[in-house]
Amino acid sequence: MQTTTPHLSAPGDAPSRTRLPSRRIAAVGALALSALALTALPAGAQTGGTVNLVAYSTPKPAYSVLATDFAKTKTGAGVTVSPSFGPSGTQATSVVNGLPADLVNFSLEPDMAKVVKAGLVSSSWDKGSTKGMVTDSIVSFVVRPGNPKHITTWADLVKSGVQVITPNVFSSGSAKWNIMAAYGAEIEQGKTPAQAQLYLSKLLHNAVAQPSSASAALQTFLSGQGDVLLDYEDDALYAKSKGEPVDIITPPQTILIQNPIAVTKTASPAAKAFLAYLLSPAGQTVWGQQGYRPVLPSVAAKFKFPRPKTLFTIDHLGGWTSVNTKFFDPQTGIVAKVEQSLGVSTASG
Amino acid sequence: MRRSRWRLPLRFAVLGYLALLVILPVSTVFYRAFQHGLGTAWDAITSTDALHALWLTFLVAAIAVPLNTVFGVGVSLILARHRFPGAWLLDALVDIPLAISPVVIGLALILVYGRTGWFGPWLNTHHITVIYAVPGIVMASAAVSLPYVVREVLPVLQEIGTEQEQAARTLGAGPFAVFRRITLPNIRRGLAYGVTLTTARVLGEFGAVAIVSGAVAGKTETLTLFISDSIDSLDTQSAYVGAVALCLAALIVLTLLTVTDRKRDDWHKEAVA
Amino acid sequence: MTDVGVTVGDLGLPGGQPAPAGSGPERRRWHRHPPTAPRPALAAAGRMAARIGGPALAVTYLSLLVLLPLAALVTNAFSGGWAAFWRAITQPEAVAALELTLGISAAVAAVNSVAGLAIAWVLVRDDFRGKTLVSAVIDLPFALPTIVAGLTLLALYGPNSPFHVDLAGTRLGIACALAFVTLPFCVRSVQPVLAELDAETEEAAASLGASRRQVMGRVILPSLLPAVLAGAGLAFARAVGEYGSIVLISGNIPFKTEVASSWIFSLSQSDALPAASAVSVVLVAIALLVLIVIGWARRRFNVPETV
Repeated sequence: MQTTTPHLSAPGDAPSRTRLPSRRIAAVGALALSALALTALPAGAQTGGTVNLVAYSTPKPAYSVLATDFAKTKTGAGVTVSPSFGPSGTQATSVVNGLPADLVNFSLEPDMAKVVKAGLVSSSWDKGSTKGMVTDSIVSFVVRPGNPKHITTWADLVKSGVQVITPNVFSSGSAKWNIMAAYGAEIEQGKTPAQAQLYLSKLLHNAVAQPSSASAALQTFLSGQGDVLLDYEDDALYAKSKGEPVDIITPPQTILIQNPIAVTKTASPAAKAFLAYLLSPAGQTVWGQQGYRPVLPSVAAKFKFPRPKTLFTIDHLGGWTSVNTKFFDPQTGIVAKVEQSLGVSTASG
Repeated sequence: MRRSRWRLPLRFAVLGYLALLVILPVSTVFYRAFQHGLGTAWDAITSTDALHALWLTFLVAAIAVPLNTVFGVGVSLILARHRFPGAWLLDALVDIPLAISPVVIGLALILVYGRTGWFGPWLNTHHITVIYAVPGIVMASAAVSLPYVVREVLPVLQEIGTEQEQAARTLGAGPFAVFRRITLPNIRRGLAYGVTLTTARVLGEFGAVAIVSGAVAGKTETLTLFISDSIDSLDTQSAYVGAVALCLAALIVLTLLTVTDRKRDDWHKEAVA
Repeated sequence: MTDVGVTVGDLGLPGGQPAPAGSGPERRRWHRHPPTAPRPALAAAGRMAARIGGPALAVTYLSLLVLLPLAALVTNAFSGGWAAFWRAITQPEAVAALELTLGISAAVAAVNSVAGLAIAWVLVRDDFRGKTLVSAVIDLPFALPTIVAGLTLLALYGPNSPFHVDLAGTRLGIACALAFVTLPFCVRSVQPVLAELDAETEEAAASLGASRRQVMGRVILPSLLPAVLAGAGLAFARAVGEYGSIVLISGNIPFKTEVASSWIFSLSQSDALPAASAVSVVLVAIALLVLIVIGWARRRFNVPETV
């Protein structure tokens, strides 16, 4: 407490005990700095093995089931899965920047390529039996219950008065699948690339929102905006399972979404075991129950996923490497040009 | 103001503005958190991930706030007591974090301390992890909340002037004694205001932390990240409850704020009288 | 202003200086050697350390947290040379986003300055039940996480709004979100200055025959103007960098409702980090300019900085 009889102090004396917080500030500051330093030291290892999982955001609910199931198996006993979820592109960049990762699962192949290029994942990641993919899905239309606007085909999306929601292609992997599904659908219907590009322009013109991520897009749709949301089928199924008021329409032509997975070069044995589990019939069955199309044909046959009339893959359209640059380069890509031409006419608005 | 015929209309206009802009949104958060009963709300905030997020947020605040406080007081002293070329620049630079989008702050931190950043190799050789670990979160939080202690303490220092301190110096007191006995008591309330503002900012930070933390649930997920994560998994219950937890923390902070602020207003009145 | 609760006498300094009368508790006198300067070298070293070490430490801290990252950002922005930098900042999306951001932020700062002045006025000069609560509420937007703010604003003023307004995807929606997060600055900048306005000047003017309006226009408002400007500047700075609370309600439509921070985020996600850095640098430069001008204005009119 404040000394009421002023204790005569002078420089060089031992500091007197006063209420004044200067010493406390210094002490707290020192404590804070040392705490900060301590947190920088590496943490101790876990028993039973840890799997540092870095994945895109959609499969979070699926992984919590998968991890629990895995722990019940022989190889999975005692294993801790330490997950990180986020936008696929961000996650890939984070891994490249040093985010600890044993198992990586992205929403599209270019993100895996980023990590491979940085030397963190072996370049033979896609040589396995499933070509490096763990789950499939398709691009679906998510509409209001009862589909009041009767949206069933891609042509319906560009009708006047139809409000579309699709994420922004420059920040969302899901958006890229959506755009390629739209483009590919046109090509599959016999249109020329120029006509398909015109379609994209009309589609984006009808976009009343282009949120920064698939999840933000879903939130936007659920908040009441838009008539139709373009989304992964598995994401839509999850929303429906949570009781959200949505209906899912399978377009007649759509793209097969393939989600890559791989262990990193420094992966723990537990991680490799987990990957094996995820690709095993048991794991694939859980994926199926969670709304993801299994990549194992034997397991896929057990589920009754809707079959679109025409299902194409990204390879039909040139493969991700070329598509990514051709369509999605933020400065020179086709979508950027489409947005610009749309924007020039609406920029004054 | 007593006799003005504008008093009531102004009051109602102001209250209306505040109601629409502030009170309503905040009430909605509380309503939605407890919509399904206290029990579900409690469950939501006591899940393992939520508890860890709470603890991590508290830890980050407990480190970042004192650091910023010490810095804030120091810089305020420098700016208030010394004239040197470039003081205006230092003053503006302290404010810079206000102007940079938190996302950019996060990116910039990675550019310096990330694996491929300027200090990356050095940090790697010494086995120090900054980015995607708690130190990174602390740095990001400290960076975005840097200006507030300075903004509160500096004007007080400028206002009270240096006569007392100079008098003390001429009487032979050393700089530390002067600081402890004269400066600190004077800035105590402004300091408290700055500290509580800093704490509020750190508690609520999302953008920068999202980028530098890696969002590993149970390890590097702060409460705001937990909230965002919950929204992503359509677990809005957890999200709103988390938001309420942050609001309550902020309200506690604010109570301290209003108490110290009111005292400060009284002190101002005394001083002026 | 010397009467601030602590006086020189409390220092209890040696040298036999008697405390000024009525300054406080008794002093205990030294009976032994007055410890004028028992360890002069240490004292001098202490002063030296304080003089050099203090600023050095402060600058180091500032560097580690802000300056170095900022430098890295600038370096990254120019990593492709001036041509790449120029291309990034003149790209139509970037220009549109920057224009939108700067325009809306300026508008919000202006509106909130007026609102802030009104609110501060009511808080200082009016009195009613619940005033303390209202005062506390004003700081809440500052403490609430931006993402929660965004979600609730969307719920309240989006398509499912109970008020049957729909601001989602509109610039007005963005403005609302920005107004929400910048309000505290505008109120808290003006409030203390208003509270300290010397009532005597107003009364003197009134007693000299000035009308209410003249008192307002010539005495009160001019004194408040610097504080209002300061608050507006801070609000502007915060608004240009805001991301979390806007991102949901804005709809994020390129060229229409996509703000600069969102475009920067998109660039960073598309492996165009130098372009992202370039646009950020422009944004920061403009904000820094505004802050410097405000700082100059503050010094010029000698306004104590708050908030």
